[in-house]
Amino acid sequence: MSTTWLVVAAVGAATVAIKATGPVLLGGRPLPARLTGIVDLLAPALLSALVVTQALADGKAISLDARLVGMAAAGIALWRNAPILVVIVVAAAATALTRLLV
Amino acid sequence: MQDPPPRTYRDGARAVAALAVAVGGFGISFGLLARSAGMGWLAPIVMSATTFAGSAQFAAVSILGTGGTMVAAVTAAVLLNARYGPIGVSVAPWLKGPAWSRFLRAQLVVDESWAVSAEGEGRFDARILVGAGLTLYTAWVAGTAAGSLGGEILGDPNAFGLDAAFPALFLALVLPQIRSRRALVAAVVGGAIALALTPLTPAGVPIIAASAACLVGVRRS
Repeated sequence: MSTTWLVVAAVGAATVAIKATGPVLLGGRPLPARLTGIVDLLAPALLSALVVTQALADGKAISLDARLVGMAAAGIALWRNAPILVVIVVAAAATALTRLLV
Repeated sequence: MQDPPPRTYRDGARAVAALAVAVGGFGISFGLLARSAGMGWLAPIVMSATTFAGSAQFAAVSILGTGGTMVAAVTAAVLLNARYGPIGVSVAPWLKGPAWSRFLRAQLVVDESWAVSAEGEGRFDARILVGAGLTLYTAWVAGTAAGSLGGEILGDPNAFGLDAAFPALFLALVLPQIRSRRALVAAVVGGAIALALTPLTPAGVPIIAASAACLVGVRRS
């Protein structure tokens, strides 16, 4: 097997295993009480980390670029109670427009 | 919240409809990149169909394409996907049914399907997760095939601002999650950890480290 196919197989197998672990081992049962107080904060913690890295990171560098204009536009749309579809389209359009003009 | 009507797979698909366009666009660029990195036309499509984790695939392929070792490529992908460990634990109570069915549905968990299925306070809707996951999976694999087989259809997805679609979605989804002071603290600490580690660690580590912010929930649990 070539390196390419070995990487495809190894990355695929590792990802499938990582994704399956929680649902297969713990699935369908309530989490132990000690864990629930922690896990219910996972969504705010990880979503916030995803916002920060996807809006600001460019590889290992912090990059303040056109994405920030898109995020500002998304913020205004959210403040005006726009539906999520509109928020996403507004963010992409504002970012694209900024890249076109700057 | 009062009892809303039960949500369906279709609601999950609808929740990510706009994003599926962006995911398809990135699928095309993944197919193009992988092809130009010398992977051939089939391996990129097989990888998208079996791995279904965009950032890890981009990382592994670009490491291979720039002459990196197999170990480096696989390590980067595993670090990037490590967050699916805790994410899988968070959805586990809501995925019912036999183990094989939980195993299959767990593969549809990606950041976006997980995020739209979150109902707050640790609750998740399995139907939304599956409907959204299948929609994004289809867009990702079809996009990869188009990029790998078709070549330059779209150009650079960033020119269309598609890279900003993802943080915008996550921003829209994190705000309703912040219903308590603990959730606010977790969000602020998680974002701060991710930002602080970005220049210092390989990609993926900042995100997995940010999940430590949910330990602010330990004392009062």
